[in-house]
Amino acid sequence: MNDSLLSLVTFIPALAAAILAIFLRGEDAAAQRNAKWLAMIATVVTFLVSLFILAEFDPANTGFQYVEEREWLLGFKYKMGVDGISVLFVMLTTFMMPLTIWASWGVEKRVKEYMIAFLLLETLMLGVFMALDLVLFYLFFEAGLIPMFLIIGIWGGKNRIYASFKFFLYTFLGSVLMLVAMVAMYNDAGTTDIPTLLNHQFGSESFSLLGIHVVGGMQTLLFLAFFASFAVKMPMWPVHTWLPDAHVQAPTAGSVVLAAIMLKMGGYGFLRFSLPMFPVGSDVLTPLVFWMSAIAIVYTSLVALVQEDMKKLIAYSSVAHMGYVTLGIFAANQQGVDGAIFQMLSHGFVSGALFLCVGVIYDRMHTRDIDAYGGLVNRMPAYALIFMFFTMANVGLPGTSGFIGEFLTLMGVFQVNTWVALVATSGVILSASYALWLYRRVVFGDLIKESLKTIQDMSPREKGIFAPLVVMTLLLGIYPSLVTDITGPSVEALIHHYDMALADAPGATQVAASH
Amino acid sequence: MIQADLNIILPEILLAVYAMLGLLAAVYTGKDKLAGLLTWVTAVVMVLLAALIGLSGQGTHVAFGGMFHDDAFARFAKVTILLSAAAVLVMSQDYMSRRNMLRFEYPVLVSLASVGMMMMVSAGDLMSLYMGLELQSLALYVVAAIRRDSVKSTEAGLKYFVLGALSSGLLLYGASLVYGYAGTTLFSGIIEAASDGHASLGLLFGLVFMISGLAFKVSAVPFHMWTPDVYEGSPTPVTAFFASAPKMAAMGLFARVLHDAFGGVTADWSQVIALLSLLSMFVGAVAAIGQRDLKRLMAYSSIAHMGYALMGLAAGTAFGVQALLIYMVIYVTMNIGTFAFILSLEKDGAPVTDINALNMYSKSEPGKALAMLVLLFSLAGVPPMLGFFGKFYVVKAAYDAGLAWLAVLGVIASVIGAFYYLRIVYYMYFGTESEPLDKTRSPVLWGFLMASAAVMVLGIINMFGIEGIAEAAAATLVN
Repeated sequence: MNDSLLSLVTFIPALAAAILAIFLRGEDAAAQRNAKWLAMIATVVTFLVSLFILAEFDPANTGFQYVEEREWLLGFKYKMGVDGISVLFVMLTTFMMPLTIWASWGVEKRVKEYMIAFLLLETLMLGVFMALDLVLFYLFFEAGLIPMFLIIGIWGGKNRIYASFKFFLYTFLGSVLMLVAMVAMYNDAGTTDIPTLLNHQFGSESFSLLGIHVVGGMQTLLFLAFFASFAVKMPMWPVHTWLPDAHVQAPTAGSVVLAAIMLKMGGYGFLRFSLPMFPVGSDVLTPLVFWMSAIAIVYTSLVALVQEDMKKLIAYSSVAHMGYVTLGIFAANQQGVDGAIFQMLSHGFVSGALFLCVGVIYDRMHTRDIDAYGGLVNRMPAYALIFMFFTMANVGLPGTSGFIGEFLTLMGVFQVNTWVALVATSGVILSASYALWLYRRVVFGDLIKESLKTIQDMSPREKGIFAPLVVMTLLLGIYPSLVTDITGPSVEALIHHYDMALADAPGATQVAASH
Repeated sequence: MIQADLNIILPEILLAVYAMLGLLAAVYTGKDKLAGLLTWVTAVVMVLLAALIGLSGQGTHVAFGGMFHDDAFARFAKVTILLSAAAVLVMSQDYMSRRNMLRFEYPVLVSLASVGMMMMVSAGDLMSLYMGLELQSLALYVVAAIRRDSVKSTEAGLKYFVLGALSSGLLLYGASLVYGYAGTTLFSGIIEAASDGHASLGLLFGLVFMISGLAFKVSAVPFHMWTPDVYEGSPTPVTAFFASAPKMAAMGLFARVLHDAFGGVTADWSQVIALLSLLSMFVGAVAAIGQRDLKRLMAYSSIAHMGYALMGLAAGTAFGVQALLIYMVIYVTMNIGTFAFILSLEKDGAPVTDINALNMYSKSEPGKALAMLVLLFSLAGVPPMLGFFGKFYVVKAAYDAGLAWLAVLGVIASVIGAFYYLRIVYYMYFGTESEPLDKTRSPVLWGFLMASAAVMVLGIINMFGIEGIAEAAAATLVN
């Protein structure tokens, strides 16, 4: 079973989607219920099967595990595997998907297609984290755009068309450059096998291109091409503008998937490709990434302060939090990278939960305007408590997972670049201000609005959705070794590889001189 | 000797003789009575010929002192041409007979055009090249104008004819220059005159004129002007035909001329082709954005696709030709599915090609809308559809040949192009509900649409073995 465990996990949702597409007929209530239950069962089964991956995963082994390999076209391979960096993203995906399906219980429009889109999306996202072949990775990475495009476009809000097109074209443009870079890597290394490429040294001699002196040579160019894709996906300032639109217009479950899982693909990409494969390129451009992240943290936090739409506010806060992730990754030390992975997982739970919190009141009032609310604590005490909990986690209160991630990344950066760390730390204060202010305006105060007088507190289903998220956020906050024990050895190997590659690289001395 | 030569061109002879017999049979049985039957029989004959060529063809043979080549490359192109022509014929039958457009000349002309196309991809001499090209073109001019009572259709035919004649003139002028400077019309002689990366100025002059003429046939920018008008004006089944088999034939001929006759001076034509490719990709992508008519949109889409195919040719390597062949097969398959979809759109019995009419198509016909969705993403080159692999091959070919700039600009053009494919998805899935189109029940069109969509998804597993065949085909052309 170990031989094809990863494929099994990846393709269970796709199989369920195929069953739905082929066998389920009709649009009546019974068909809708069947579609929901089938999707729910499929995602839960996927999660349970994925637990087997974790059960026999050996953290001390820094290589790829559960590797499976088949021949494919043109010398590509169908090759899957996980290591300490990717395994937790796989778990995050399988963990979040049943919750998003459960959160979609109230969908009434074209339920069958909705469930098919989400199930396919899960397959594609899992594939991204497991693929060990460049082309296979690209296939999963890009194909995820299609269901997300449809989810935003069909089930989204008023301005969904604009948002869906913007989402698709923005991310597509980022990725096609990565495609050319992949072709270049294939040309240079003669293989698309990721484990082989991880040990391949790409050229780093500086050269002149169109009159521009390219320090770090080919590695810098490759890095930039991958950066174009991952920075958009992440999203980093200034290419983040698709995210608020996409989030605001997407249905609640779409926002959750987008924030909790899809944004992590960018960070995962940096860790899997940019850092280990183009160490010189990464080294050359680290200052750029640092300052882009620092600006992102401060700028998007300030923008979040003035938002009037709850989803938009959380979307901007996501961009800010992703800024910590890129900081941590490019600090390229143990704390930084560990912290970045931690921050991504934590953000997966927390931002997912926050979007669900917005979804709860949106389902009741059909508006996301902050002004339309106020004093919800009077009628929705349970909601107020849960919203409070995740607001605090978003702020990074010690005891929640948000704190560990921010602390570790800032600690990592501080060792490398004190000024950037200083700027980034101010984001902690800013995030407290926008998050708490949002909470005050929505939940506290007197319940004076007429429309809110009859609002109901959370149903058992809604509480059930939040329960696992609360548990995970607390658990990771109190016992972070759960994550770092698994990621630690792989991250250590990555850092070691990175430092060695920098020391060995032919262009490294020259880079050091040019600094 | 002549016996052996005739054996080599047996498929062409068979198809030509069949076309004559069909013509006679139809003339002697009264007007258009046999048209329906003849269409089906022609399709069957083509499929059988494709099977004959594909299954029995072996090795490389040269007939008539080098005028005609039968090799893996020619066979690959011929099988594609015959199968796609047969598919279009089958798709046309119902559509045309219901609108009283189905005349017996249609299948006969399509067979004659196919004979011409088969000649083109097998040409080993400037004379046989021109003969094949003209046989094909003349048949196509007439087919474009087959709706005699429609102004648009006759206009399309006339436009195609006048511009086509101009391009043939360019080609002939180029051919005469080449003949003058090489002293022979045989490709095997020309390649000796233009070897080791050195060709006389006159030869290059001729080459550029020939490239212009051929670029017209594949509708590459800046020789693309006829395409939208002809696509729009011709009856839809004819448009489907234009977009498939002749494109494959012209690309095959293009590759053959450049590699068989000018293979020694790759550097001289590679830049020209790269420029054609670049312009086609961008003009095709940008100009399609404003189109409201599905057929015009597909015209620009085909211009853009030819740009990508030319990218493979511009590489000037065996892998480039392989990429070109794979790209063309995928392109033809996608186009047949897409046109099956367009053919099935009608309202109150009248054909519809306006993009607005698709509003919320997914509501009334979820199955067909889904298949079209797959095809559109495949046309846009979004993974995991097969269309992406077509693009991947040509991008890799271009990059490996040192045309990195072309590869980068090409993928950027594909993002622009994605916009108008997405817009069709938008109409089908996100639009506002309007009066639904007729529920047409044509099992043939439905079958082709579904089969084409299924190929786009399932093909990613092993591409149905096309990769290896294309590689062998490319190897016979480029040494």
